[in-house]
Formats: sequence, structure tokens, C-alpha cells
Amino acid sequence: MFPRFVQPKTSQVGSLFVSDFLRSYLTVGIFGLVGVALVGAFLGLGRLLRPNNPTAAKTEVYESGVDPVGDRWSQANIRYYIFALLFVMFDVEAVFIFPWAARLEVYEVFGLIEMAIFIFILLLGLLYAWRKGVLKWV
Amino acid sequence: MMVAQLLPAVERPELIWEGLLPVLLLGGGALLLVLFRSLVRALPESVAGQVAPAMGALSVLGMVLAGGFSGTDIPLGSVVDDLGWVTYLIGLLVVMAVVAWGVARLGLGLDATLTAGLALAAFSAVWRLWNDRLEIDGPMNIVGDQLGLDGFSLVFTGLIALAVVLVALLLDGYLRREGIDGVEMYVLMLLSATGGVVMASANDLIVLFLALETLSIAVYVMAAMHLRRGESQEAGLKYFLLGAFASAFLLYGIALTYGATGSTNLIAIRGFLDSTTLVDNGLLMGGFAMLLVGFGFKVGAAPFHAWTPDVYQGAPTPVTAFMASVVKAAAFAALIRVFVVTFGAYGSDWQPAVAVLALLTLLVGSLLAIVQRDAKRMLAFSSLGHAGFMLVGVQAASDEGVAAVVFYAVAYSMMAIGSFAVLTVVSGVGDRRTGLDDLDGLAQRRPALALAFTIFLLAQAGVPLTAGFVAKFEVIGASVSAGSYWLAIAAMVTAVISAFLYLRIVLSMYLGQADEDADEIRVPGAVALVIGVALVVTVGFGLVPGELDTITREAVPRLVSLGSAVTLGS
Repeated sequence: MFPRFVQPKTSQVGSLFVSDFLRSYLTVGIFGLVGVALVGAFLGLGRLLRPNNPTAAKTEVYESGVDPVGDRWSQANIRYYIFALLFVMFDVEAVFIFPWAARLEVYEVFGLIEMAIFIFILLLGLLYAWRKGVLKWV
Repeated sequence: MMVAQLLPAVERPELIWEGLLPVLLLGGGALLLVLFRSLVRALPESVAGQVAPAMGALSVLGMVLAGGFSGTDIPLGSVVDDLGWVTYLIGLLVVMAVVAWGVARLGLGLDATLTAGLALAAFSAVWRLWNDRLEIDGPMNIVGDQLGLDGFSLVFTGLIALAVVLVALLLDGYLRREGIDGVEMYVLMLLSATGGVVMASANDLIVLFLALETLSIAVYVMAAMHLRRGESQEAGLKYFLLGAFASAFLLYGIALTYGATGSTNLIAIRGFLDSTTLVDNGLLMGGFAMLLVGFGFKVGAAPFHAWTPDVYQGAPTPVTAFMASVVKAAAFAALIRVFVVTFGAYGSDWQPAVAVLALLTLLVGSLLAIVQRDAKRMLAFSSLGHAGFMLVGVQAASDEGVAAVVFYAVAYSMMAIGSFAVLTVVSGVGDRRTGLDDLDGLAQRRPALALAFTIFLLAQAGVPLTAGFVAKFEVIGASVSAGSYWLAIAAMVTAVISAFLYLRIVLSMYLGQADEDADEIRVPGAVALVIGVALVVTVGFGLVPGELDTITREAVPRLVSLGSAVTLGS
């Protein structure tokens, strides 16, 4: 019933004996190294190939769009927060519904009722938001 | 199709619906309340006055249904057997009429009535579970092995339900006075209470964490509910930020404990720790430390108490009462179930740490309370002192210690709700007059209120004939039996120190000069009822502690696995 300590499986990497658990992290390490190497290679290549012609406009954060300098206390519209919250609500809903849908046959009616309750609670949130007038764009 | 055949069938947890009744009533009630209030904003003018009394009468029916009405062990059931159905039904109708009249007389709003009705139904379900299931079948699991039902969880469920009733009655007048409308406060309170109930009965660290979040997130919003008061917003934000930190600590502790023991289930962890000797227990010790920090934050133990004074002072006063009773009680329930019961075999590792926390909490609570100039802030520090006392009981890590903490939690919740109820009415519109000098000469302005506050303060100081004395006595007794003499001495010394500040307030209430141009203090009927109930409990269990003492001694947490109870000390 309770887990017992067993000798972990090991395999040889070069001259080192590494447990299978750590060995699976080797892939992550290699992936990271390849990533760093790729970025370095492309930046280095660009450095060699591009002409060098600095102007003031190029030092700005964005070459187009809004000037990032302004008052620290500028206000963002409260509506955006509410949209973000509503988005999170439905995003999380999708996160739960997709795996459930993939295994619907296993969960049978029990799962259907569970999901109905879950969606009911979420819809309750939407109903509340709607009655609060959140969905209206003023 | 192919995927479904390859994967193993899903194991459905075994459910005992009856055991879930309090959770369903509180949590489901909250959902139905928000559904109802989203659909029906304002009641038609013609029936507006009658709906709340009618709902009050209906909630009596709900209490009877939730409590069951047959069986000789149930008080109402024996009434049926003795008097017969006709008399019983007539009696029921009379009670319903009286409650409807009472609700109309107190002028209770619909939301408060429904909330109190739901919580009372949950309380009566606890009563039924205690007499009908626990006494007969013993401790059991109600949702797979994730949620347990034992005397411990039932006592805390009952306490939380009762606290919700009292705070709902407080909130009714408060929200109206402050001009805060909407059902949100009640819904959040019910949800938070649901989290507290699940926390007290969780048999799995993940369920425990989810319940803690349900409890906390609702309270963060409740603290910030007074939109026009800056302090309230500040309290909500501070509580949220520090609470998020504490949750992260707790979650990390859960992860480390899982790493060390291979399970998040308390039953499995207990079984593993009892049957295995770890060669290297660094991971487990790390888990203990992190869990202790997380729980220490929630119970308000020094040095994790930094949020307490600001949040208690800033939050709307009824919400402060809720935090001092429900949040604290639920956190102690979880702390005991995880440390005393599950990690019992490693007591010599965590007991010294809890002893240090208890000592620091007692010292900070009593010494810093003396220098406060604000009554709510002072009570916040005094709640630290009480948390310190309860930690002394936890440190004993015995059946006796657990029973003492349960007694203390019940007694302190009632004293705290009573004290904050008095402050709710004294502080006036906008919670402005909460300074200690605003209490000067209260005895001349409102003798009854001053007397009630005096009794609550004396009970907190631990004066004999109050529940506060019995609670302190039991905690110190348990600590002495466990051999922690110096901790018991420290607890007694700090009790004497904090008695000074309670007595100072009493003196200023009776001898101080009242501010001439202070507004008249209005005491709504519902608040008077809350203060009355809290007084009866505080003094009643002080004079006749036997009944509650018996209940708390039966309320020892059990972990049930495969039909055999793993109990403390066995």
C-alpha cells in the first residue's frame, strides 16, 4: 500500500552511471543548449552581415506605437480587468472540459453530472456578471 | 473510442451524502443565494415586508428536515415519539410563527435571514450527524478517503455554522448603516464557511489546500468590502498579498511532504510514517517547516502575525468577528489534524518548533496589546494572545491538549463575536470611533452594553466563572500533563499581563468621562440578540462547563482507513 524504496534503474551516459529519472532531464538540458546555441548563432550571423547605422529612433522601445514614456499614475480602464477575469473564467473552463471530453466514455453519467454542476457554477458567475452590468460596453 | 478502451476505468469515490449535508447546505446555499439574487434584484413593493419573515419560518422547516425528525437519539425525534405527530406539527407551526414574528420584529433583511437559516440548518445537520451517525457508526470517511467525519470535524462544523448565524445577524444592521447593498457579503461568508468546514474534515493535503483557498479568497474580498473606507481596501490588499505568500509556503510544504512520504493523503502519510524509518528525513523536516509557516500565518502566530493588526483594524467590524472566529478555528482544526494526528510519530521534531511559536505569540500578543490606542487593534493583538494559548494546547500533542484547543476555539469564538458586536455598534457610521478613548464613560451612555463588554473582556482575561477561564485552565492542564512546565508558566504570566489591558478598558468604561458630542449609539435588535447569545454561551459554559467539556473530549480527530480507525496514542 505504501511506497517502498527500491534501487532506482540506472544507465550509463559516457562514463557516468545516471538514474533513469535524471537521465530524462538530459533531454531538457540538450534542448536548452540547442536553444542557446541557435539564438547565439543567428545574432552572431546578423552582426557579421548587417550594416551599422544607428539613429535616435532606433533606440526607442518600439519603433511604432505608443510612446512608452508617460505619467506613472495613468489609469487603465477598469473594464479591462473585468474582461481579463471573465477570460480567465472561460479559459479555465476549457482547460477542464477538454480532458473531460476526451475521456467522456470512461466517466459515463457520473462525469456528465459532475461537469453539468461545474458548468452550472461557472454560468452562475456569468449570470452574476451580466446582472451587474459588466457585459455592457458603456 | 480507442483511447477510452486503453485507459483504466475511473474509480468513483464512495459517497455518504448525509455526511456532506453541512457542506451542501452552506456551499449550495451560497450558490442558490447568488442565483436567486441575480434573477430577482428587488422584490415587488407589496410583498417586500413579508418575504423575510416567511423565509425565517421556512428555515425552521429546513432545520427540522436537515436535523431529521425520527429516532430516539434526536431531541426532536423523541418529542415525536412522546407526543405524537399532531402535537408535534402544531408545536412546529407555533415555532415557525414565533420565528416569523421575531424576524419581522428585528426587521431582518431577506439575505441575512436566508444566510442565518441556511447556517442554522447546517448546525442542525451537525446535531443529527453527531447523534445519528457518529455515536452509532463511529468515525467514517464520507468522500472516498478524502473527507472524514469524526467528532472533531463535527464540532468545528457546528461552531462555524453558529458563527455564521451570529455574524449574519451582525452584518444585517452594519451593511444597512454603512449603505453597502448587495448579497455579496453573505454569499462570500457562506462560501468561506464551506471552505472552513471542508478544512476541518479534510483527510488529504490537496483537499485541505483547496478548502483553505476557498476560505481565504472569500475573506480577502470580505475584508475589502467597505468600498468607501480606505482602511478596508488596504486591509483586503494586505491580507491578500501576505495570504498568497502563506499559501505558497503551505503548498511547498505539501510538495515536500509528498516527496518524503509518497502520498498527499493523511491516512497514507500516517501509515507510512508509523511503519517506516527514514534514513534521511531532511525532505520531511523541510515539509514540516513550510507547513508550519503556512498554518502559522492563518492562525495568526508570531512571527507570521504582521498582517493581523492592520487587517483586523481595517476590515468591517463584523468581518473581523468572522475572521477571529471562523478563520482561526478552521486553521487550528487543520493544524491539529495535520500535525498532532498525522505527524504524531515525529512529535519530537515539530513540538519544539510549535513551543517557540506559542511562546513568541503569547509574548507579542500580550505585550504589544498594551500599547495600542485603538480598540480593534488591541483586540487583534489579544487574538494573537489567544492563538498563543491554543498553540500551547497543540504543543501538548495529546488527546487532552486537542480537547482543550477545541474548547478554547469555541469559547474564544463566542467572546470575540460578542466583543466585536459591541464594537460594531459603538464605532458608529463609517467605523470611525474605534479608539480606546471612544469607550470612555460607556457605562453612563449605555450601561447594558458596557456590562456586556465588561463580561467579554473579563472572559478573555480568564476570570473564573466564564468560559475563558475554563478554556485557559484546560489548555494549561494539558500542557502540564504533557510535561511542558515552562510553557505553561509562560502562558500564565502572559495571561496576567494581558489582564491589565482588559481591566484598563473596563476602568475607563466605568470611570472615564464620556465625550459630550458623540453620536447616540444605536443598538439594532439583531445585534442585541448576538450579544445576548454570546453572553449566554460565555457565562453558561463558564458556570456549567461539563456539557461542552464532554463534547470536546469526544471530539478527538480520527483518521479512518479500511474500516479501522487510526487514532491518537494507539
